[in-house]
Amino acid sequence: MYAFEYERATDQKHAVKKFESYDAPRYLAGGQTLLASMKMRLAQPDALIDLGRVASLKEMNVDPAGISLGAMVSHSTIAQSHEVQQTAPWLSDLAKGIGDRMVRHRGTLGGSLANSDPAADWPAAALALEATIVTDRREIAATDFFQGMFMTALEPSELIVAVRFPQARRAAYAKFRNPASRYAVVGVFVAELQHGVRVAVTGAGPCVFRVPEMEQALVQSFQPSSIEGLHPLFGDLNNDMHASAEYRAHLISVFARRAITSAIHRA
Amino acid sequence: MNPNVQKSSVVHIGDSPRRVEDHKFLTGRGQYVDDLDFPSLVYGVPLLSPHAHARIVSIDVSRARQAPGVLCVLTGQDAIDEGLGGFPPLFMPEDMGGPKGYRTSRPVLVADRVRHVGDRVAFVVAETADQARDALDLIEVDYEPLPAVVELSDASAEGAPQIWEGAPGNRCCMVMFGNEAATTDAFAAAAHVTKLELLNNRVSANSIEPRCAIGRYSGVDDTYILYSSLQNPHGARQMLAQAVLKVEEIQLRVVSPDVGGGFGMKADPYPEDAMVLWAARRTGRPVKWVPTRSESIATDNHGRDQKVNAEMALDAEGRILAIRMRSMHSFGAYVMSAAVAPLTFAVRFVPSVYNVPSFHGVNVAFFTNTCPTGPYRGAGRPEATYVCERLIDQAAHELGLNPAELRRRNLIRPDQLPYSTHTGFVYDSGNFPGLLEKALRLSDEESYPLRKGESSNKGLLRGRGIGFFIEQGGIFNDKMTLRFDASGGLTILSGLHSHGQSHATVFAQLVSDWLGVPFASVKYLQGDTDKISFGRGTYAARSSMIGSNALRIAADELIAKGKPIAAFLMNCPKDAVEFKDRLYSGPGGKQIPMTEVAKAAHIKAGPLASFGVGLEASGVWNTDPPNFPNGCHVCEVVIDPETGVVEIESYTAVDDVGRVLNPQICEGQVHGGVAQGIGQALLEQVVYDRETGQLISGSFMDYGMPRADDIPVMKTQLEEVTCKTNPVGVKAVGEAGTIGAPAAVMNAVHDALRAVGVTHLDMPATPLRVWNAIQVAKVRGQS
Repeated sequence: MYAFEYERATDQKHAVKKFESYDAPRYLAGGQTLLASMKMRLAQPDALIDLGRVASLKEMNVDPAGISLGAMVSHSTIAQSHEVQQTAPWLSDLAKGIGDRMVRHRGTLGGSLANSDPAADWPAAALALEATIVTDRREIAATDFFQGMFMTALEPSELIVAVRFPQARRAAYAKFRNPASRYAVVGVFVAELQHGVRVAVTGAGPCVFRVPEMEQALVQSFQPSSIEGLHPLFGDLNNDMHASAEYRAHLISVFARRAITSAIHRA
Repeated sequence: MNPNVQKSSVVHIGDSPRRVEDHKFLTGRGQYVDDLDFPSLVYGVPLLSPHAHARIVSIDVSRARQAPGVLCVLTGQDAIDEGLGGFPPLFMPEDMGGPKGYRTSRPVLVADRVRHVGDRVAFVVAETADQARDALDLIEVDYEPLPAVVELSDASAEGAPQIWEGAPGNRCCMVMFGNEAATTDAFAAAAHVTKLELLNNRVSANSIEPRCAIGRYSGVDDTYILYSSLQNPHGARQMLAQAVLKVEEIQLRVVSPDVGGGFGMKADPYPEDAMVLWAARRTGRPVKWVPTRSESIATDNHGRDQKVNAEMALDAEGRILAIRMRSMHSFGAYVMSAAVAPLTFAVRFVPSVYNVPSFHGVNVAFFTNTCPTGPYRGAGRPEATYVCERLIDQAAHELGLNPAELRRRNLIRPDQLPYSTHTGFVYDSGNFPGLLEKALRLSDEESYPLRKGESSNKGLLRGRGIGFFIEQGGIFNDKMTLRFDASGGLTILSGLHSHGQSHATVFAQLVSDWLGVPFASVKYLQGDTDKISFGRGTYAARSSMIGSNALRIAADELIAKGKPIAAFLMNCPKDAVEFKDRLYSGPGGKQIPMTEVAKAAHIKAGPLASFGVGLEASGVWNTDPPNFPNGCHVCEVVIDPETGVVEIESYTAVDDVGRVLNPQICEGQVHGGVAQGIGQALLEQVVYDRETGQLISGSFMDYGMPRADDIPVMKTQLEEVTCKTNPVGVKAVGEAGTIGAPAAVMNAVHDALRAVGVTHLDMPATPLRVWNAIQVAKVRGQS
C-alpha cells in the first residue's frame, strides 16, 4: 500500500470540501474494492475521505411508489431490512447474494454504483429498475449514469447521496458466479415496470447493458419461453479463462429465463 | 471416547480426545512466523521477474538504495561476490541408480538470466515493509526478453526455446519401471486395448499461512537464526548451511514454530530463507519477509503438471493383461526440493491394487519457463491413480461392463498377499475386494438407478465414479525422544513436524496409553534445531508410522531403564518387576506408576542417586519397508447441462489406514484431503499464458480455491487392516483423500457426460469446460 492521507468527513459538505483540497483523492465508502486495490498497489490515491460517519448518507425511505436508499447503506442492511423484503424483495435478494458476509457488512450501495465494476451486481438493478442516482448536486438517471468499465457520469468530487428505485410490478435477479472469485460472470436483472420491461446484464461486458430484443419479447408475454433463443451477439462480450464470450452469451439467455421464472413465482 | 479428558486421565489408542492444539489455534493464539517480533526488526521484499524468460542486461539499484528507510539492496552479482551457493535438488534419478539427468543449482538471486515469472532478481531491506516495496519500484532492470515455453507439448517440441544449455530439448531426467518386451507382447495378444491421453493440471498448495521468514544474525559469535514456515527445519538447516551460506551447521539454528499448512510445498527451503539470513548479516538487524498471496502463488513450488499417454490391454473376459504409459512431467525452471519424488511415484503406483501381469512406464521430466514444481500432497500417487482409474472406467465403458464389476475381476485378493508389483513394491496387507463392496454399499449403489431417473426427469445428468488407490506411507528413518522431568511430566522431542497433523495430540495419546502417564502431563516439542537433536520433518505421510514405532521403541527403553528404580522402590529384585497394565508390578501385589519412578530418577542424593539423573530414551524407526494405505472412494455428481456446473451430490470414502490411532483426526485428514482432491478436479489450475509465460491465475480472483460450500458432506469409514510390517500396525492417512478424489470425481463426471456424447475432459471440470465439451459433442452428434 502506498502512503496516503486519511480524512474523516463529518457531513456531505465537509466531505466534498476535503475532497477538493487534494490532487488525487478517493471517497471511502465500504472500501471492499478500493482498499483491496490499494493493498495490491493497483490504486494510489493521495487521500481517502471516509464517509462512514456521514449520517445523512445512511437514510432509508420505503413507500409504495418506491424505495430510497442512502449511498452508505450496507448490502447486509438492505438484505435484512423487513421493509425492503416486503416492498421490493428483488433488492434484498440481490443484496443477500453479494460477496460474502464480511463484504456485505462493509460494502455499500453507493460505493458499488460509483465504482461501476463490470462484475458488480447493483448496476444491473439500477439500470433495469430505472433508478435515479441522487448526488450532492443533481439527479442522474441510471440510463445516463453508467458510461463504461469503471466509468460513470459522476464529476470528480460529486458524491452519491441516495438511490431511488421506483416500484416494479415484478422483478428478479439471477446470476452465475465466477467459480474462483464468486463475482458475477453473468448477472441478469429482469424488471416488469409500469411502462415496459427491462433486462439489464452485468458481468458479461465492459459495463452493465440492456438487451432490447429480450425486453420487446417480454412485453408481449412475460414468460421464460418468450426469450428462447434470444441472446446478445457475443462479439462485444468479455472473454477470459473462466468464460468465453460465446458461453457468456448463452448464460445471459439461461439466467434471464431463470430470473423471469423467479419473478413470476414470487408475484 | 471422551472429549473432555480429566487431568489425571490416561488416553488410549483409538480414542478421540479433544485436540490439545485446538485451544491455541482456534482462539488465535498460535505463534506463526508473522506473529514473531524482535527489537529493531526490519522488512525485506524480493524483486520478482516480470518476464518468463529474459537475459538481464543490466540492473541499477542506485535510486532504490537512496529511497527513504532503505538499509540495503542485494542483487545476484552481490550473491556471486559473497560466494553464496545455490539450492540443489534433494535427489536425482542417478542418485538411486537411474540414468543421469541435468541438475540445476538455483541461485539465491538471479544475476544473468530469469527463467520464470517470479524468479528472484533483487532483495530490498527497509525500516518498514511499505518502504521496501516503494523502493522495489525504483530498481531499474534492463531485460532482453527471450522466447518462453510453458506447456509440456511446447517444451518437448523440436526447435523449442532452450531453458538450460546443459539440458538439450529441455529434458531434465527420466525414470522407467517395468518390462518393455513382456508388455509389448501382452498388448499384441490383447482382445481389447483402451487408450487415453490425460493432462494432470498444475495446482498451487496455497497453505493458509504463506511461506514467511525472519533472519537474525549475531556478530558476537557469527551465528544465524532462521524462523521460517517450513516442514523440515533440520533439512533446511543442512541445505542452507552446506550448499548456500557455506557455514557450519552449528552456526545456524532453524526454528519452524506453529506452521499453518505445508502439503509438501514447504518441505525444503527457498531463496527467501537465504535472503533474510544474508540481509540480517549485512544490516545487523533482524529481517522479516512476508509475501502477498499473489507473490505466494507466483513463487511457491507448484504441484502436478503431467501429460500422459496410457494404454491398458485386456483379455476377452475383461482381465487386465498389461498397462503401458509414456508420460511427461514439468519441473518448471529449476529442479527444486524432492521434485523427482512425484516423477517416480507417478509411474510406480499405476498398477495400483490390480493384478497387472505386465507393466512398462516411462516418465520424462522437462524444464519449462514456469515456477518449479515439487511434491504436493500425494506427490505422484494422485497422478498414478488418475491414470489407472480413468483407464479402468474407460475400458469398462468400452467393454459394456459395470466399472465396479471390471474392478472385481482384477483386484488383488487377500490370499495373494504379500503381493509384488512390477514397480518394486511388496504390498503386505489389505482387503481390496472388501473395501470395494463396502464403499458400494455405503454409497447406496442399489438405489442409484432411481436417483439417476429423478435427475433425468429434471433435465440433469447424474454420474457415478470410483477412485480406488494404494499408496506408500513413509520415507527415510527418523528419531523420537521421550524425556521425563523431575515431577513426572513427560516431553516428546519430535524429529517429525506437525503443520496441521495433530502430532501433539496423537503422540501424547500413544505414550499416555503405553506408559500410563496422564494425557495432560505430556508435552510435545518440535521444530527447533537447538531443542531437537535431529529430525527430518514431516512429508510423504511419514509421521504415523515412523513416529509411533520410534516412540514405541523409546517407551520400551524407558520401561527397561525404570525397572531397577522400580525394584529399589518396591524393595524387590529387578527380575521380579514387570511392567503391565501401565504399572510396574512387584511381588505381593505391589504396584508403582511410571511417573513415580521418573520422580525417583531425579533424587539428588542418597541411594537413588546411584541410578543416575533423569529418565530419558530415544527410538529410531526406518521406513523399510514402507506401509501401503489404500482406499475406495465413490463420488456421485449431478451436472446441469445448461450451465455446465458440476455438483457433488455425495462422496463416500472407505479407507484402510491400518491401526486407527485417533479416529476423529483420521477422518479429518480424509476430509481435508478429499477437499483438496475435489479442488484439483473441479476448480484449481495454475494458468500461464502459452505465448508470453505470464501468470494468468495470479490471485484468488482467478485461482479457484475450494470453499466450504464446494465440498459435500462425506460418508467416511476407516477399515482397520493392520499393517504387518511395523509393530504398531499403522498405515498412513494424510494423503488418502487427495489421491482418491480426483479419479473418483472425474470418473463420475465422465459417467454423467457420456449420456450427451462427451468422451473426454481434462481437469479441472469447470463449468466453461463442461459446457464447451457438451457443445462440441452436440455438433459432432449432428454431423
